[in-house]
Amino acid sequence: MNPPTHSNQPDKGFFSQLANSKSADEFVKGLWRDNPVFVQVLGMCPTLAVSNSATNAVSMGLATTFVLTMSNVLISMLRNFIPKQVRIASYVLIIATFVTITDYMIQAISIDIHKSLGAFIALIVVNCVILGRAEAFASKNTVGFSFLDGLGMGLGFTFGLFCIGTVREILGNGTFFAMQVMPESFEKWVIMVLPPGGFFTLALWLLIFKGYKLKKAAHE
Amino acid sequence: MSEHPTLDQPRSTGDKKMLISMTAIGVICAFFIVITHQGTLDKIAKNKAEALDRAVYKVLPGISKITPFYVGTEGKLEEKPFGDKPQQKIYAGYDSTGVLKGIAIQGSGKGYGELLSLLYGYDPNTQKLIGFYVLESKETPGIGDKIEKESFLANFKALDVSLTDDHNKIKNPITVVKQGKKSNPWEIDGISGATITSRAVGEIVRTSSEKTLPLIFKNKKILETQNNGQK
Repeated sequence: MNPPTHSNQPDKGFFSQLANSKSADEFVKGLWRDNPVFVQVLGMCPTLAVSNSATNAVSMGLATTFVLTMSNVLISMLRNFIPKQVRIASYVLIIATFVTITDYMIQAISIDIHKSLGAFIALIVVNCVILGRAEAFASKNTVGFSFLDGLGMGLGFTFGLFCIGTVREILGNGTFFAMQVMPESFEKWVIMVLPPGGFFTLALWLLIFKGYKLKKAAHE
Repeated sequence: MSEHPTLDQPRSTGDKKMLISMTAIGVICAFFIVITHQGTLDKIAKNKAEALDRAVYKVLPGISKITPFYVGTEGKLEEKPFGDKPQQKIYAGYDSTGVLKGIAIQGSGKGYGELLSLLYGYDPNTQKLIGFYVLESKETPGIGDKIEKESFLANFKALDVSLTDDHNKIKNPITVVKQGKKSNPWEIDGISGATITSRAVGEIVRTSSEKTLPLIFKNKKILETQNNGQK
């Protein structure tokens, strides 16, 4: 990544700024423009399964963010060293390592969170967001950019899970982060914490995002 | 390989590079895992012990004190760990006046996929299982984890495990029946849709109780008097 440092042409002057704005862009794109959940619609299995409460959604999102960022960094560091033929196997090995590390760390933080995330921690290995970023980004970009990309995508994934988890928890259980927010008389929509609720909520958010994008495009 | 150097040469260098890089990555990864494992070992052991403590209170309602016992050789219960092999532990629960309310027993076995570790409460006075808790499970979410739902836990409110008169065997071994077919107090209502997991639970509790309950009866005196005297 060597942006031309000096030039008389005005459009090249823009390039030198790009070095800074590009890093901001690599970070922000995962949060909004290329959000893994709402725009790329990747990693739907954990999205639907672990978003039944805000706590689960955020802990799963942060666990994924950690794995994504760390594996992006390591893969980017080793990108010139890994032979092309075995790259996917190498990525899976690296991702699995960080998933194992995450598993230990979550157990050290709280056994209860570990229990409620259950088998889904191990399933982070096959989360297509992570392998997707490794293949599409980390294997072609510098360590710094890969770090930002991983962090942005991970936080975007967390944000997506949080949006779904909040709606499902409030409607399905009357609580938000296990705090009572709905009046006692509120009749819980049990279906929202069950698997169909995940589909309904996801569809609702996708509708909102798509509507917003279309509206914005129409303005431009 | 050495017989056809000209043929194999170009391919084996490629293979070698792949092998080296995969091995190197493997070593790096192993290094990371070992460091994390070492670093979190104590904290995880502490968390697990606390979680187990909470679970014991859950499967034995109404207790206020727990004393662990170690299952020794020749069917004796010891208060202190002995030898260097890890021993099976049982947890005796007492109420505030020091009366033995029940015993929590840990059992584990193979679930649908991986290890399934359970804790169940036993009341020696009524000879019934009175509580059940899943300590560790990697059962399929949404299917196998139904064993933690209220409707399945209800099986363990008063599951009959009475021993024969000589206290050597369970009269009616625990059996898992089809959902809604439970007709005897020693039967567990299975879960349709999670047949394998619910049967695994029955199997684990059955084998564990067949082994441990006669032992508890033999040592009932020790368990009962333990908390009355000193402390």
